[in-house]
Amino acid sequence: MSEQKKPPSNPFFGSLFKIKPTKPGEVYGVPGQGDSLLISAISALCLIGFWSLATWAGWIKPLFLPSPIAIFNKFVQVSTEGFAEKTLFEHTRISVLRVFGALILACATAIPVGLAMGMSRVMRGIFDPPIEFYRPVPPLAYLPLMIVWFGIGELAKVLLIFLSIFAPVAIGTRSGVRSAAIEQVHAAYSLGASPWQVLTQVILPAALPEIITAVRIGMGVGWTTLVAAEMVAATSGIGFMVLSASQFLQTSTVIMGIFIIAAIAYAFDMLMRFLERKLVPWKGHA
Amino acid sequence: MGSLHVDQVTVEFPLGPNTPPVKALSNVQLEIQQGEFVVALGASGCGKSTLLNLLAGFLSPSTGQIKLNGNIVAGPGADRAVVFQKHALLPWLNVIDNVAFGLKLRGIGKSERHEIARKHLKQLGLEAFETHPVYQLSGGMQQRVGIARALASDPEILLMDEPLGALDALTREKAQELIIRIWKESSKMVFFITHSVEEALFMGTRLIVMSPRPGRITHTFDLDFSKKFLAGADARAVKASPEFIGMREQVLKIIFGDEEASGGDHV
Ligand SMILES: Nc1ncnc2c1ncn2[C@@H]1O[C@H](COP(=O)(O)OP(=O)(O)OP(=O)(O)O)[C@@H](O)[C@H]1O
Ligand SMILES: [Mg+2]
Repeated sequence: MSEQKKPPSNPFFGSLFKIKPTKPGEVYGVPGQGDSLLISAISALCLIGFWSLATWAGWIKPLFLPSPIAIFNKFVQVSTEGFAEKTLFEHTRISVLRVFGALILACATAIPVGLAMGMSRVMRGIFDPPIEFYRPVPPLAYLPLMIVWFGIGELAKVLLIFLSIFAPVAIGTRSGVRSAAIEQVHAAYSLGASPWQVLTQVILPAALPEIITAVRIGMGVGWTTLVAAEMVAATSGIGFMVLSASQFLQTSTVIMGIFIIAAIAYAFDMLMRFLERKLVPWKGHA
Repeated sequence: MGSLHVDQVTVEFPLGPNTPPVKALSNVQLEIQQGEFVVALGASGCGKSTLLNLLAGFLSPSTGQIKLNGNIVAGPGADRAVVFQKHALLPWLNVIDNVAFGLKLRGIGKSERHEIARKHLKQLGLEAFETHPVYQLSGGMQQRVGIARALASDPEILLMDEPLGALDALTREKAQELIIRIWKESSKMVFFITHSVEEALFMGTRLIVMSPRPGRITHTFDLDFSKKFLAGADARAVKASPEFIGMREQVLKIIFGDEEASGGDHV
C-alpha cells in the first residue's frame, strides 16, 4: 500500500473540483468556490457591448432588435407620455398590486393550511388531493375556466395568481413543520408546554425559514403567472403593455417591458432576502 | 421530601409482525431520594435513554409504573426537566429568553421571569451573555444555557442524557464541577447518563450499571467522591486517588465483561 494515487490528469476537471491543494480561504474538494461578482459584471457589460455593436453596425434591423439607446429613450417616453392612456408607472403599479394582493391572500390561507397538513394526518388526507391535482397544471391552462367563472375583471386575475402561489406556500409550510428538532419539542413539553404552545412557540418559529423560502418561491411563480395572465386578458399592466406593443411591432416597448418585468422580479427577490435576514437571522446556524 | 420510584418497569419495543419485540428494559427497580445524584453507566443500547425517557414521561412503560412524590407519571411535565446531549435550545430566542422559556409558558410576566433567569445565568457564569443569540455561543456555553433553562422552572428532578458528551476534555471537567456545585446548592434529585466512568464516579452519589439484552440494572454502588470535592479537595486529586482508580477499574471490568458477553459489537 505504499504506492501513491496519482491525481486525475484532466486539468479542466481538476481545477473545477479544486482537487489541487487550495489557497488559504478555499476548501479542498469543494467545487465552485469564490466570488463571481466581478466576472458577472464583465459578462453583462460584454453582452450589452455586443448588442450595441450589432445594432450600430446594422447587422440586425431595428424592427427585430433596437439599440440599447432606443430602448432607454422608449423608457423615458412611456414614463412621461404613457402607453394606452397609462404611464409606465401606472402599468407597473397595477401589476404589482395584483401580485401583492394575491400574495397576501395566499399567505393568509396557505400558511395555516400547510401547518394543519403538517400537524394532522386528517388535514393532510383532506388537502393533499386537490393541491396535488392542480399544482402541476400550468395556471394558463385553467385561466379560461377562471374567465368563464369570474369574467375578465380583477377577480379572475387575482384568483389565478392566488392559486399559483397557494400550492408552493402550502407545501413549503407543510414540510417546514418537520424542521423543529425532536429535542426542541421534547424540551418544550418537559418545561410544561401545552400542545398549542408547542405549535406557536416551537414548531412555527422553527418552520419560519422554510415558510419564507416558500413565500419567496411563491412570489416568483405569482409574478410569472401575472404577466402571462395580463397578456391574455387585460387592458392594463406590464404584461398587457408588452403584448399590445408587439401587435403594433413596437419592438423597443416590448424589450423595455421585458426589462421592467425582470427588474421587478429581481427587486421582489431582494426584498424577500432582506426579510429573511431580518426575520430568521439564525437560519443555517441552528 | 421529594422522591422518585421506578417500580418493576419493563419496556418492549415492537419491531414488526414477525419479529419478537426488543426488551429495552426488564424489571427495573430504582428509587431516587431528594438530594441524590444517580448516575447511569452501561454499554450502548442497554436502555439508559429509554429509562430517562420513561422518567421524563415521553414513553410509557409496558408494565410497571413510575411515581414522583407518590403520583404516577403519565406524561412530560415541568416537575421533571430534561437536559439533552444536543442542547435543544431555541435559536430564535436570545440567551435570557431561552432560560426564561419555561416561565413564559407558565404565563409569568417578562420582568419577573427575566429576574429569575438572570439568577440562574449568574449561577452558571453566563451573566455577560444575556442578550447574545444562542447560536453564537460555544458548545459548552450552550449546554450551560440548557442547564440554566432546566433549573429556571424549578423542577423536582433534573434528567440529563449525556449532557457533557459533546464537550472537549477541559470544558467537560469544568462543567462537571459546576453541575456538582449547583446540585449541592439546590439539593434536587438528579438522574445523569454518561459514557465516562470517571465522570460517573466523580459526580454521583449512587451509580447504577446497566447491561443490555434485556436492559437491566446489574450493579449499584454508593459513591462519596463528589462529597470530597465539595469539602474542598481538588477535582484532579480526587480522580487520581487510589480508591477512585480502584473503583474505576472495577466498574470498567463489569462494562467490558458485558461487551464481550454480547459479542462486543462496537458501533
Ligand atoms: N423507538 C425505538 N424503537 C425500537 N427500538 C428501540 C427504540 N428506542 C430504543 N430502542 C432499542 O432499545 C434499546 C435501548 O436503547 P437506548 O436508546 O435506551 O440505549 P442507550 O443505553 O441510551 O444507548 P446509548 O448509550 O447508545 O445512548 C436498544 O436496543 C434500542 O435499539
Ligand atoms: Mg442513549
